[in-house]
Amino acid sequence: MAKNKLMDASEVVVIGGSAGSIDALMKLFPLLKTPISYTLIIVLHRKNSVDSSLADLFAMKTQIPVAEIEDKDSIQRGAIYVAPADYHLLIENETMFALDASEKVNYSRPSLDVTFESVAEVYGSKAIGILLSGANADGTQGLIAIKKAGGLTIVQDPSTAQTPFMPHHAIQHASIDLILTMNEMAMFLNRLPQP
Amino acid sequence: MIEEEEIDLLLNDLYELYGYDFNNYSRASLKRRIQRICTIDKFPSFAELRYRVKSDAGYLKRFVEELTVNVTEMFRDPTFYQYLRTEVLPTLAVKPFIRIWHAGCSTGEEVYSMAILLQEANLLHKALLYATDLNPTVLEKARRGIFPMSHMKLYSENYIESGGKHDFSSYYIANYGQVKFSEGLGEKMIFSTHNLVSDRSFNEFDLILCRNVLIYFDKDLQEKVLKLFDESLGTLGYLALGSKETLKFSSVNPHYKQLTREKIWRKIN
Repeated sequence: MAKNKLMDASEVVVIGGSAGSIDALMKLFPLLKTPISYTLIIVLHRKNSVDSSLADLFAMKTQIPVAEIEDKDSIQRGAIYVAPADYHLLIENETMFALDASEKVNYSRPSLDVTFESVAEVYGSKAIGILLSGANADGTQGLIAIKKAGGLTIVQDPSTAQTPFMPHHAIQHASIDLILTMNEMAMFLNRLPQP
Repeated sequence: MIEEEEIDLLLNDLYELYGYDFNNYSRASLKRRIQRICTIDKFPSFAELRYRVKSDAGYLKRFVEELTVNVTEMFRDPTFYQYLRTEVLPTLAVKPFIRIWHAGCSTGEEVYSMAILLQEANLLHKALLYATDLNPTVLEKARRGIFPMSHMKLYSENYIESGGKHDFSSYYIANYGQVKFSEGLGEKMIFSTHNLVSDRSFNEFDLILCRNVLIYFDKDLQEKVLKLFDESLGTLGYLALGSKETLKFSSVNPHYKQLTREKIWRKIN
């Protein structure tokens, strides 16, 4: 089933993570074939800080352009976007991001659920949601929304996650299409249609 | 799930009946707010919410307060306040009179932060802080200057990180889980309703702060509001936005110079 969806579910890939997910992404990025055909959105829980060093850190690991999102930035295929600290990241429409500084959700801002749900609403079956390592339940509701909208759901194999609670929680409560190690995840993404 | 057309209907009601124009608010955020209101106020359907808004002017107050985001804190982004303290206020100190506008001030935490900065720079006596919001309920809270005690630990840390040298608790009196900031800080504040969507400029300012308000507007409304700020700023005045907000999409951008990685621009012509 996952296979027939591949052609369709490839416009946007959103990856959410918490504790232990930066290392996982640092492993993933060098394995990604360049260029990519889809938009890759990264939302991570992190300490509130206005510096954009996370995007800089990722940029060292890949040739794909990496940018931290500012309000109303346009969404381009072939780029990696990193959600800024202390804002929820929303998708205004298929071509534009929006930020929101409202109440924390799941004790988190950015909240993974908030972005995943927004991606599900705008991209529907053309979205892939991926949840990585972490210590709280954020992301599960968002994966449920992506699945319900016809998208594809993936989690990091909990046995390979530094902090397995988050992907494990999603496996227990949401319908997950694929459970992958970071290497398998890179292979999967590299098989998505090329530009 | 609420449909786009339903939001259109609700926004139209708000405009026709009460004069609140949310049509140019960012839709993704607005939709979340409306969904949130349906959940916390337990409306069984969108139709029930719409009926309540149309028929109950008393509920409207609450609705507008929940529709708009009123999340704020004192000395939020301490490095921003540090820059105000060390770079901006010294240039304003030479003026006989300092006018500051907090546009979309919500419950006033940033206004009190600014009053503390001005007092420590010995400038409060010749400053006026105009604090506006579209929402009368939050303005009333701001005017009282009473905040929850539970937030003071974070605010105190922010204050110290912004370069504050005093004992933060010397600025307020604690009582029953709340704190009241000293009357002296509030003396130079003027609170008033002002809707950035529909109201005009009302003075000329040396510094306008509007942080994390524009993110809730679409690009057209952002442009309109930035022009309003431009009209309201004197030459060499400062405009301060939220940490991920930008002038880069605006026609006023060429008249402004960003001086630092903080989101503070100076009007250069």
